[in-house]
Amino acid sequence: MSIIGPALNGIIPVICVTLAGLACLLAEAFRRRDERMPIGGLGAIGLAGAAAAVVLLWGRRAESFGVVRADDFGLFVQMVLLGVGLLTLVFSPKAIERDSLPAGEYYALVLFAIAGMMLMAVATDLLVIFLALEVFSLALYVLTGLRRHEYSSTEGAFKYFVLGGFASAFFLYGIAFTYGLVGSTHLDRVASAVQAQALSGNPLLLVAMGLLLVGLAFKVAAVPFHMWTPDAYEAAPTVITGFMSTAVKAAGFAVFVRVFLLALEPLRAEWMPVVWVLAVCTMVLGSVVGVAQTNLKRMLAYSSIAHGGYLLVAVIAGGDMGKASILFYLVVYAITNVGAFAVLALLSTRDAPMEHLDDYRGLWHSNPAIAGLLTIFLLSLGGFPPTAGFVAKWFVFSAAVGAGQFSLAIIGVLTSVVSVFFYLRIVVMMYMAEKRDTASPPRVPRPALAALSLSAAVLFYLGVLPTRVLELAARSVAGMF
Amino acid sequence: MAVVPILSALIVLPLAGAVLLLLVRTRGHERDAFIQWTALGVSLAEFALSLWMWSRFDPASADFQMVERVDWIPSFGIQYAVGVDGISLFLVVLTAFLTPLALLGSWRSVHRKVREFSFFMLALESAMVGVFLSLDMFLFYVFWDAMLIPMYFLIGIWGYERRVYAAVKFILYTMAGSVLMLVAILTVAYLHSVATGAYSFDYEAWLNLALPRQTQVWLFLAFAVAFAIKVPLFPFHTWLPDAHVEAPTAGSVILAGVLLKMGTYGLLRFAFPLFPDAAVYFAPYLATLAVIGIVYGALVAMVQPDMKKLVAYSSVSHLGFVVLGITAMNIQGVQGAVFQMLSHGVSTGALFLIVGMLSDRRHTRLIAEFGGLKHVAPRLVAAFFIITLASIGLPGLNGFVGEFLILFGAFQWNPVLTTVAASGVILSAVYMLWMFQRVNYGAVTNPKNEGMQDLDTRETWVLWPAIAMAVFMGVAPWVFLEPMTPAVTRIIARMAEAEPATVVRVPAAAGAEEGTGPFPGEVVEKGPVPFSSSR
Repeated sequence: MSIIGPALNGIIPVICVTLAGLACLLAEAFRRRDERMPIGGLGAIGLAGAAAAVVLLWGRRAESFGVVRADDFGLFVQMVLLGVGLLTLVFSPKAIERDSLPAGEYYALVLFAIAGMMLMAVATDLLVIFLALEVFSLALYVLTGLRRHEYSSTEGAFKYFVLGGFASAFFLYGIAFTYGLVGSTHLDRVASAVQAQALSGNPLLLVAMGLLLVGLAFKVAAVPFHMWTPDAYEAAPTVITGFMSTAVKAAGFAVFVRVFLLALEPLRAEWMPVVWVLAVCTMVLGSVVGVAQTNLKRMLAYSSIAHGGYLLVAVIAGGDMGKASILFYLVVYAITNVGAFAVLALLSTRDAPMEHLDDYRGLWHSNPAIAGLLTIFLLSLGGFPPTAGFVAKWFVFSAAVGAGQFSLAIIGVLTSVVSVFFYLRIVVMMYMAEKRDTASPPRVPRPALAALSLSAAVLFYLGVLPTRVLELAARSVAGMF
Repeated sequence: MAVVPILSALIVLPLAGAVLLLLVRTRGHERDAFIQWTALGVSLAEFALSLWMWSRFDPASADFQMVERVDWIPSFGIQYAVGVDGISLFLVVLTAFLTPLALLGSWRSVHRKVREFSFFMLALESAMVGVFLSLDMFLFYVFWDAMLIPMYFLIGIWGYERRVYAAVKFILYTMAGSVLMLVAILTVAYLHSVATGAYSFDYEAWLNLALPRQTQVWLFLAFAVAFAIKVPLFPFHTWLPDAHVEAPTAGSVILAGVLLKMGTYGLLRFAFPLFPDAAVYFAPYLATLAVIGIVYGALVAMVQPDMKKLVAYSSVSHLGFVVLGITAMNIQGVQGAVFQMLSHGVSTGALFLIVGMLSDRRHTRLIAEFGGLKHVAPRLVAAFFIITLASIGLPGLNGFVGEFLILFGAFQWNPVLTTVAASGVILSAVYMLWMFQRVNYGAVTNPKNEGMQDLDTRETWVLWPAIAMAVFMGVAPWVFLEPMTPAVTRIIARMAEAEPATVVRVPAAAGAEEGTGPFPGEVVEKGPVPFSSSR
């Protein structure tokens, strides 16, 4: 069907995004100093093309070069990533203007990051996964430190870079051990070797598994590998924080599913206790420490750590239900968290960063629409019906209970109550505290407002009528192997 | 079954009205008036609709009626399923009855953000009606949790000084309990899939599930804690005084009138019938807590300097009676409990409205600030008097019927606890009458009270319906007791099948037999009881 040959089919979406990224770079290179260029538009075209390709590839299970398998699961995650990317592009212009960021580099880096994550979602070879991981990690390190004139930004980026480098090394070591044991880095081979029980009792397998787990846990910010998260999230431009906190988790959990729930599933008894502890620590620390935050970006950083914990619960639950609940959770979480960070980004100006809790005093009186939207996102993060956050949590915990993980479900729901406390703190500030100064908040651009309203509407839609997306998620995990 | 989806209409109508309010464009005072009238109109239409539902209700049937079922999330067996039986029928009517009164009662006191206030009130009404009508546990939980949000905003935005503290405490307390129930719900659905091969959240399907006793114990505890916090049962009651006192009048009316009933409704509808063995085992403990609540609530109410706080603690006491009636699990006890839920809703709702009117006039609720009101506001005091008497359970008014039936039912089951509980009746007379005396009798000692206005037309219209209802429920209780008999009998018959070793109540056959005939309240009061305890 393709002119270049069917081998490329599986990576067409990735190619689209990469080309768009290159186009952005080129456009920036040829831009005159004061010329205004719709560079973001180029990126949007690339993402739209990729989305079209994903839709066309749906159900075909295209394989490329033996290391990429565009099955429905991977395509589903890619679609989430594209959605996140598109929202990020819509919210970006104002942030770029505010911090006078270099537009071309910014968009190119975002697009390269998306391309890396998309590759990660469909890769079936550990080395390709590593490659993809490095592609998006490098882009994100730079994006984190993009506000060059701020020390805190540089500091966060450096922290992220050094620790991220360590984590990548761990992951690479894990791959090396795996290769040493199996003689291949392909997940299918690993799976069949594990299946054949050729390696049972080999301590090196445990070492390999542990190292892979550390690398992945770092990327999805699972406790105790979360130390970089609040700093990096605070350092990055707020829109990028929203992007990082959602897209990285989507890509990371796609790999979690492929490595742990497929290839290493027979060894569940070995890795489960470790992941169990990770999940509990992540949920508890994320929500409890979140309570103590007064900086909104840090608060939401801890909130996204906690949400990573809920996703780990779904990993532990496993099975088709667990996998499907991961996908659904990723969709909901992506929309919600990008939306919440976008509100923060849109409200902040150069003089008033709007990062402190107190800055939100009486926001409802000065800007009811934005306050309402942020409330919807926060309620969805807190898991209140009738928003999608509730349904997402419902299915994660439903999967956990179905897998007999009662204690995990109980810890999960209780930590979600704790996290409700700090989501409500923001709501309290917006609605129930009197405004101190009369400075009017900045005008929010129309496209951004439209995108936020659409996101909120989707959250209600998924909260009331989740059936279609749920079944799509269930179908896309059904035929994974 | 129903030609008109009347129950869905009941759920959707207030919400639709609420959304409509958001679309109003004009500004200023005219807009506020328009919004108030629209909200009132919507809530009155809802009340009319609930009466229509009542008129179509078949009082002889124990089954759920006007049932609507639509597949919602088929892969998990989740349905949109609503239905009404004799127990939920009147709670829906009560909700629809109190909401217009609450809206009308806060006509003046809420002058800030009127649109949002009306929006949250109507959204809250939708969620409350949904809680009572749901037959699917997923749906039930959605409404149960969704209801917290409007109430949180009502308390937090339009409340008194410590409103934020009260609002957050309210929502966190309730959530902490209800998430445990969530895990329990998920567990039962999972056990259902183990037993039958398919997930189901259908209430009636769950009733057919034979759960092992040990499992029941845990599940019952999870449900019971969620509901006990809502009731609130001693020692889970500490959120209630804060929430009631800090909430605006309308919020207090709805909180006391309807929200607390969700806890007792949940115990009666879900916790007891779904896990009968565990319920039988835990009933004495629950009853003990209830009786402690009755006495403790009454004693604490007695020493309150703040009228609103006094009424709030009196709710702890009155709701203790309801739980006691439910735990007795015989026809008088349970009927009394349901009746007490309704009558407490009417009389306490009205009390909060009256306290709200006093507070609107004087901007204080301290009893010591008042005195001698009968000289300056005779009509207000007259209304106050009737409602006070209703609340303490004077025969001929609504409070008497419920308390009498509960004590009568509970005595057959556990005379010791009942005797202690009966002291609550006396104590309630003490704290209510003492408060009434200090506020209304004597000379006008505080000069600020001298120019106090009597009831105006609007306030008269707020109080009349409540007083009329209190009298009507007192003289014609069978109107309410008769339709609920089959549904109550059904639950009792189910409970009677619980593990025989611990059953001290009605044999199953007697319960079933009783379900065939109408069993009006007057017959109960005369006392020729076919149910004697096995003692």
